[in-house]
Amino acid sequence: MSDSTLQQSPVASNEKEFLSFVLGKEHYALDITTVKEIRGYEAATKIANAPAFIKGVLNLRGDIVPIVDLRLKFNVGEATYNEFTIVIMLHVHERIVGVVVDGVSDVVRLTDEQILPPPEFGVAFDSQYLHGLSEVDDTMVILVNIEKLITSDALALVDSNPNMSLAG
Amino acid sequence: MSIDVEQFHGVFFDESEEHLQAMEDLLMIIDVDAPDIEELNSIFRAAHSIKGGSGIFGFDRLTGLTHIMETLLDKARNQTIELDTAIVDLFLETVDILKATLTAYREQQPLPEAEIAAGIAQLEATLSALDDAPKGDSVQNQDAIEEDDGFGFFDDLPEPDSTSETVEASADTDDLFGDLAFGADAQNAERAAPQATTEEEDGFGFFDDIVTPDVNNSPQSDEAFGFFEELPEPPKTPVASVTPIQTAAKKPAATNNSSAARESGSIRVDTAKIDGMVNLVGELVITQSMLSMIGRDIDGQSGEMLQAAIDELQRNTREIQESVMSMRMLPVNMTFNRFPRVVRDLSQKLGKQVKLVIEGGATEIDKSLIEKLVDPLTHLVRNSIDHGIESPQTRAEAGKPESGTVILSAQQKGSSIIISISDDGAGLNRERIMDKAVQNGLPVSLDMPDSEVWQLIFQPGFSTAAEVTDVSGRGVGMDVVRRNIESIGGRIEIESNLGKGSSFSIHLPLTLAIVDGMCVTVGEQIFVMPLLNIIESFQPKPEQIQTIGNDNVLWIRDEYWPLVPLHQMMQVDDAIAEPTESIIVLLESGKNRFGVQVDALMGQQQVVIKSLEKHYKKVAGVAGATIMGDGKVALIIDVDSMAQSCQLTIKHEVCA
Repeated sequence: MSDSTLQQSPVASNEKEFLSFVLGKEHYALDITTVKEIRGYEAATKIANAPAFIKGVLNLRGDIVPIVDLRLKFNVGEATYNEFTIVIMLHVHERIVGVVVDGVSDVVRLTDEQILPPPEFGVAFDSQYLHGLSEVDDTMVILVNIEKLITSDALALVDSNPNMSLAG
Repeated sequence: MSIDVEQFHGVFFDESEEHLQAMEDLLMIIDVDAPDIEELNSIFRAAHSIKGGSGIFGFDRLTGLTHIMETLLDKARNQTIELDTAIVDLFLETVDILKATLTAYREQQPLPEAEIAAGIAQLEATLSALDDAPKGDSVQNQDAIEEDDGFGFFDDLPEPDSTSETVEASADTDDLFGDLAFGADAQNAERAAPQATTEEEDGFGFFDDIVTPDVNNSPQSDEAFGFFEELPEPPKTPVASVTPIQTAAKKPAATNNSSAARESGSIRVDTAKIDGMVNLVGELVITQSMLSMIGRDIDGQSGEMLQAAIDELQRNTREIQESVMSMRMLPVNMTFNRFPRVVRDLSQKLGKQVKLVIEGGATEIDKSLIEKLVDPLTHLVRNSIDHGIESPQTRAEAGKPESGTVILSAQQKGSSIIISISDDGAGLNRERIMDKAVQNGLPVSLDMPDSEVWQLIFQPGFSTAAEVTDVSGRGVGMDVVRRNIESIGGRIEIESNLGKGSSFSIHLPLTLAIVDGMCVTVGEQIFVMPLLNIIESFQPKPEQIQTIGNDNVLWIRDEYWPLVPLHQMMQVDDAIAEPTESIIVLLESGKNRFGVQVDALMGQQQVVIKSLEKHYKKVAGVAGATIMGDGKVALIIDVDSMAQSCQLTIKHEVCA
């Protein structure tokens, strides 16, 4: 994923580019401008007392970035790690976060008209982190509001509650 | 003249700040009864440089004030007037106004006009009062009037005195911007010099050919800056008290020394550039350790050659790292040198006699730490004088010398710096602190050791001062002091003896970017422990491990030590659980000591500290992360927070 594609403005004024990815059997997509790079999964350094979906921290060319497994967080599919497991490195609010997914599929262009409001139920993600639904090649794609998800308390990636206790 | 002078403003501001600091330092040590002429000369030169520079750049408020200050200083060094404490105080106040004005110019804020006017008025009043005295000297008075209007370097037609001013500036080797002024002045000087020399205060010698005829007639020409040579002392100086031979003999050496030292080369570099370099060197250290790891796997002749090359690289990297780090190092004196003034002002205000002793001011410490030390140190010094040192009567009654002593010292111990503020005052009062703690609803017990009682004063809102003064006693402060010091990776310890004094010592790391660490393994994971905190490591014998409740404790050197199994704390699987099969590392943080159980020691290594908070958040018990030779992330143990948490556990168990 090169930066140049990220910077290209969409053809139509209301057209946006999304990166679609797979979690279990479901297809998701996120705003491609937040994607820094895509790389294969490698074991991260574990962090004590962190929730299970935080796999640990990784060295991304000198930066120490946390790795989140969305499959564990949202209970989709099976959290297996093999040579096909992918980490999407996101750049959100000056922070870099790696997100573990089962695979990335495509870059899709969608106009606002093509995006339907998100369903209230039936998806693993809490609807407050969803941007909408769309259909690409007869497949339903769930658009994730990744910025909101990454900064949410649910992922606890950002220091919001300082009263963390030390486990002895 | 279309040179863009704004590019030199920064240099002028920096230099003027240094000059002002130098003036203040010298004013502080000056002996009013027998002033050292060389010191007065230095003060004069500093004032003069500021005047010259501000004239060039058109900062006329600075020029006006320094000019009149200079006139007074000139009289003092010519011994036309006698110095007394009032005049020194006045000079110090003027320095303060100058600092404020300089800051205002730098930050393009409104100028403190009222203070400037008041300062000028006061200086003029002192000047005229002294001029009425028989020693008065009319030439200087006239000189003051003539030069009063700015030094318009950029006027189309320079006034005679403006030329003389800028010539001085250009002849002053200390001033970088002198070069700027020089080219233009060389031409002007020839034209204007004959008139200018009537005010030529400083027989510079640089323009000897032109100036000499008049210099000998000039009553103030004894300054002799001597760019290349010392001018002979004018024999006809009307002031009887001048001792030309002595001063002339002393000056050349002093002037040459200082200018040689400064010319030996220092350049101003933007700190951002150095910081960028520190980061790059950090990356280089990581790359180098990656290379040495790969090198170990290569056999044969080329492997040996590679190994030799890597060893060379390792040496060079370490040297680069050291020299880059040393660029950021500054003597602690940069912070310490403001304290003579603080102590002087405060002790006068409080009617106490306090002597300040500074030790180890040359100890070097990271620049970023220097800046952050100012506030906590100021607070601690003020506290020592306000709360620590008693009034002269009380001291006399207690059989102590009337004058109290505050010692400010810095020393390097291993890779940490210890800065301590000690006084021979009353010491901390255990009862009062305990009472106050009870009042504030803090958990205390009567048998708490002193060291824990002293730590109570770092609680927010804690002040035992009987009454609130504008110096201290509002209870905001000590908690801020501790927070500030902890934010730069340091810690603070208190020792106190009732009636004998107290001592606050601040332990700081030499640098915040790189730490000497011991790498240990726990299960599959690697952790780094700061070498600084490690006392020793060993494999324990079964009889050294005892069990209290569900926890193991260590029995070493007739003492029980808390034992923290790192694999439990860091939740690592497949670690060695049995203490006797593992390695114990004894750690020390402040006065707390404890053992940490790990699987094995890997070796000692310098590691670059990376922030976890940049992309994640603070993790309890972890000070940061680093990147190992294989590119993997290792966590750096935060010994201080670990010590605190195991203190808590122990107490909890004792209470339970």
